Amino acid sequence: MRAPSEKEAKTAEVLLAIEDVSLSFGGVKAIRGVSFDIRKGEIRAIIGPNGAGKTSMLNVINGFYHPQEGRITFRGEQRRAMRPYAAAQGGIARTFQNVALFRGMSALDNIMAGRTLKMRKNFFWQMLRHGPAMAEEVEHRRKVEEIIDFLEIQHIRRTQVAKLPYGLQKRVELGRALAMDPDLLLLDEPMAGMNLEEKEDMSRFILDVNSQYGTTIALIGHDMGVVMDLSDRVVVLDYGRKIADGTPEEVKSNQAVIDAYLGVAH
Amino acid sequence: MFYREVGQYKTNYVADQAVFPILQDRIGLGVILLIAFVVIPLTGDDFLLNAVMIPFLIFSLAAMGLNILTGYTGLLSLGTGAFMGVGAFACYKLTTIFPNVNILIWVICSGFFSAAVGALFGLPSLRIKGFYLAVATLAAQFFLDWCFIRIPWLYNYNASGAIQVPQRMLFDIPITGPTATAMTRYYVVLTIVVAMTWVASNLVRGRIGRMWMAIRDMDIAAELIGIRPLPTKLTSFAVSSFYCGVAGALLVFLWYGGAEADVFNVNQSFLILFMVIIGGLGSLLGSYLGAALIFILPIVLRMLPPALGLEIRSVTVEHLTFVIIGVRIIVFLISEPHGLARLWQVTKQKLRVWPFPY
Ligand SMILES: Nc1ncnc2c1ncn2[C@@H]1O[C@H](COP(=O)(O)OP(=O)(O)OP(=O)(O)O)[C@@H](O)[C@H]1O
Ligand SMILES: [Mg+2]
Repeated sequence: MRAPSEKEAKTAEVLLAIEDVSLSFGGVKAIRGVSFDIRKGEIRAIIGPNGAGKTSMLNVINGFYHPQEGRITFRGEQRRAMRPYAAAQGGIARTFQNVALFRGMSALDNIMAGRTLKMRKNFFWQMLRHGPAMAEEVEHRRKVEEIIDFLEIQHIRRTQVAKLPYGLQKRVELGRALAMDPDLLLLDEPMAGMNLEEKEDMSRFILDVNSQYGTTIALIGHDMGVVMDLSDRVVVLDYGRKIADGTPEEVKSNQAVIDAYLGVAH
Repeated sequence: MFYREVGQYKTNYVADQAVFPILQDRIGLGVILLIAFVVIPLTGDDFLLNAVMIPFLIFSLAAMGLNILTGYTGLLSLGTGAFMGVGAFACYKLTTIFPNVNILIWVICSGFFSAAVGALFGLPSLRIKGFYLAVATLAAQFFLDWCFIRIPWLYNYNASGAIQVPQRMLFDIPITGPTATAMTRYYVVLTIVVAMTWVASNLVRGRIGRMWMAIRDMDIAAELIGIRPLPTKLTSFAVSSFYCGVAGALLVFLWYGGAEADVFNVNQSFLILFMVIIGGLGSLLGSYLGAALIFILPIVLRMLPPALGLEIRSVTVEHLTFVIIGVRIIVFLISEPHGLARLWQVTKQKLRVWPFPY
């Protein structure tokens, strides 16, 4: 909850709008007629109990799932479904609930891979790795080193990510997403499985990314904890439906939300 | 103590991105190149050059090709032999149709034919992976095998059904055919293999290598950062087959001097696959180590007992070789999937901190 940006968010233009989206897998209805929007520069939380459809919603946004109904408007362009490659090109980056790093590669290579779309030098130059290809490699390496400094992971640059503890893997994954210079950053349960200190670090990174780079962020959390405190506005999903949408205070005092969370075994 | 990076600070990212950032490694590479280009030709006899070094280098090249596909991109192929065959037959056709163009140009060009065929048979890789892809490449192997035997145009209707390598010159020195000396052929093979290793190491360390490895490790995440699976996999198939094709052309033109289609059968595919597994998936150095172990070990086994004054029958040696290779593959698959190259890395890591491991 940060008062100034909350106000900005109200007036800022809409970056992404989800309208009446429904998604089902065979008989399972993962999302049922959900609409909400994400405004430029805000931190938007999507929360809900287990199985509420939060991850499915991110998958719809970056084109991994194609909803049966509804429309998605990204930067004013309306489409039925996104395509992963187009989403990446359009500046949507994400992290995954169960870290999806390139396990055989070093932390540095993982983050460098995030810059693939920005690298242009063709196959011929790649073969020589001199002149323009090397200049390009160095230019992007510099940018990647900035991210590495920002996330405070200098000491593990050369380590193969499979060997890193979970908390650091999550950080490298955030680094890879940041390397794309995204306009919209989707974070699926960035705090899950972390200890208190790691959660605090991650919260700080998220707030800094938002304020320093002006990146719009949508993040998922399954409880009403930390994630909610970071965000400007919150959408609450339950059984694939949207049950509340508003500022953290509004959502916290919403009866439907309280019921949904009480309904889940604590 | 003597092998470490302490005190060797990189002042810029170019230096930091070198293949061998540690000085001792660079010296090591220099020494190896010196041995390969000067010491071996000066001291080695024809047997060493012809029966050991030339085939070892050619198999290393083929293993490198397969390693790009299987080790770096995670796509299993059993069609290596056939892709090598495409290179060999392409080179043969090209040099008989255009005899005046230098043979080395055709050796390299034959790689492009093989790359095209490889990419074509790589198309199913968009939809299928792992075991099923291996079966699809096996089908390619059998289909191409059949073509090599059943299309006489490929071997110029020779009655023997075999390729006969004609004599070809470079600067008036014969480099292929019966009159080419082992020394010249060794230099030609060595130069090509070293140059192609350099290119491969450039590719795998740059954007393209990262794309291959990203697809190997987590194709979904790769797609979401903007790496399109199909073009990436096809590039890998093409580059891999290019290497195998050139290796095939070299095998026939600079080593055998002539060959029948069954040189490129499925056994060859498996042999190269074993080299890659034993040497180390996803390591160029491993391709050399694997080729050395699988190709040179039997030679040593054959020569060692007589040298020690022991009687041993050649059949026994052959069986022994199979047993040793088999056991090693099992051991490596279980205990060290990253092969010899990994053992080398671990040793280096230990050396780096020696004598104080903490
Ligand atoms: N690929 C799929 N195939 C079939 N069903 C799926 C698939 N993905 C999600 N579902 C179903 O859709 C529903 C919503 O799942 P989703 O993963 O989006 O929930 P979530 O809110 O992210 O839950 P969690 O807090 O456990 O991560 C669940 O019932 C799930 O079983
Ligand atoms: Mg989820």
